Amino acid sequence: MIKLPEPVEDVVVNLLRLANTKLPMDIGWALEAAAGWETNEIAYSQLGAIMDNVKKAEHIGRPMCQDTGIPVFYVRGRFDSTISDSIRAGLERATKEIPLRPNTVDPLTRENPGNNLGQGMPIIHFIPTADDFTEITVLPKGAGSENMTRLGMLNPADGEAGIKRFVIDAVLDAGGRPCPPSIVGVGIGGTSDVCVAMAKEALLQPIDEENDDPVLNRLEGELFQSLNSSGLGPMGLGGSTTVLAVRIKKAYCHTASLPVAVNIGCWATRRASAKISDSGVEYSQGVKL
Amino acid sequence: MITLPLDEKTARSLKLGETVYLSGPVVTGRDEMHLRAMSLPDESIPDDLKGAVLFHCGPIMSRRDDGSWAVIAAGPTTSARMNSVEAGFIRRFGIRAIIGKGGMSEEVSEAMRETGCVYLAATGGAAISLAEGLSKCKGCEWEDLGMAEAMWRFDTSRFGPFIVAMDSEGGSLYRNVTESLVRDY
Repeated sequence: MIKLPEPVEDVVVNLLRLANTKLPMDIGWALEAAAGWETNEIAYSQLGAIMDNVKKAEHIGRPMCQDTGIPVFYVRGRFDSTISDSIRAGLERATKEIPLRPNTVDPLTRENPGNNLGQGMPIIHFIPTADDFTEITVLPKGAGSENMTRLGMLNPADGEAGIKRFVIDAVLDAGGRPCPPSIVGVGIGGTSDVCVAMAKEALLQPIDEENDDPVLNRLEGELFQSLNSSGLGPMGLGGSTTVLAVRIKKAYCHTASLPVAVNIGCWATRRASAKISDSGVEYSQGVKL
Repeated sequence: MITLPLDEKTARSLKLGETVYLSGPVVTGRDEMHLRAMSLPDESIPDDLKGAVLFHCGPIMSRRDDGSWAVIAAGPTTSARMNSVEAGFIRRFGIRAIIGKGGMSEEVSEAMRETGCVYLAATGGAAISLAEGLSKCKGCEWEDLGMAEAMWRFDTSRFGPFIVAMDSEGGSLYRNVTESLVRDY
């Protein structure tokens, strides 16, 4: 059994509190920059209301949005099999203590256990590495944005143009429903399941960092330009701030496939990570997996 | 500033794009609350649903030691999920205003035009600011539906701001934006 300096359960409560009450700084800056260039009056008022709300939530230590989402966990580094139980215990405690809204229900009966648990919940992705630390990341994912997810199994002949069309349509067809200005997570390649997972993981990357891959970096820039000249605007009420960023991850795929997935993050794309090493716990709000 | 309950004349006087604040009784409701209300006979429907201002919201609530409820966070949910039931709901209960985000369908817009109802856009995710306007929780109906889905009753005071995004003449800011969207592939 791996001994950690702080119980994982406590770290998970801290992570959920941090993610839900404090917007990552890179997203805060992007909102401020957007308010600076936005000329549409309604759009400007929406951005102002968002920034006010963010400040108040952080100040009083309450969740910035009532949809505290389904927390998606990523565990990377060294860990053993007991970590899942600790994460579940932390989530149940955080639901009462912060509090979070109990969101999980049986998909058919719609019965709500009241503790954000239930079969298959919470979702935990494991990434074992040879590192001598344990990194736990949480992405609380609200349903407004999650419900707009799209997977397209494009044809290889559709190429880059087909990918761009697919992403632009996914974001614009979603309209005001996912709470724009959004962060658009895109997965390109892999198999269908991996493609959707990559689109979500892309939302974890700080939006003020360039993509390491020059081609993806260019694509992100082009999509950002196109989407912000669409006129959709904050909350779908018009304006020039439709997205705060586009983030893309890719993996190799079958020679006969071109999978593309879009997973939208609302303006309140909440994330927090804890790096647990022998010497202590370090918290942050943006990682690359 | 509009004092609730809202009458038809006042609802019809609200202009597209106008900013409003509300004071008075408001009820919450989303997917399951709509289904529950529509499945019940008239005599089982709570009086305060009739002619109500309906807030598409599943708040975070916390019970105080004395048994009363405190609101922690309460922003709008995506209204389009209720598109398939809302036109019938508006007609049956005479809903005068819906507070939500993202807008609703043409079918709902038509029911709003017919009955004199408006759609008020709240800023999605502004759950702390909006909760400040919910001055008192007067309990809930259908608690078995769960915290997010129950019908919560609130007294509101300077609740807002909201933008009149669909008026009672069939106008819609969402339609205007959608029709002029530029798809730069």
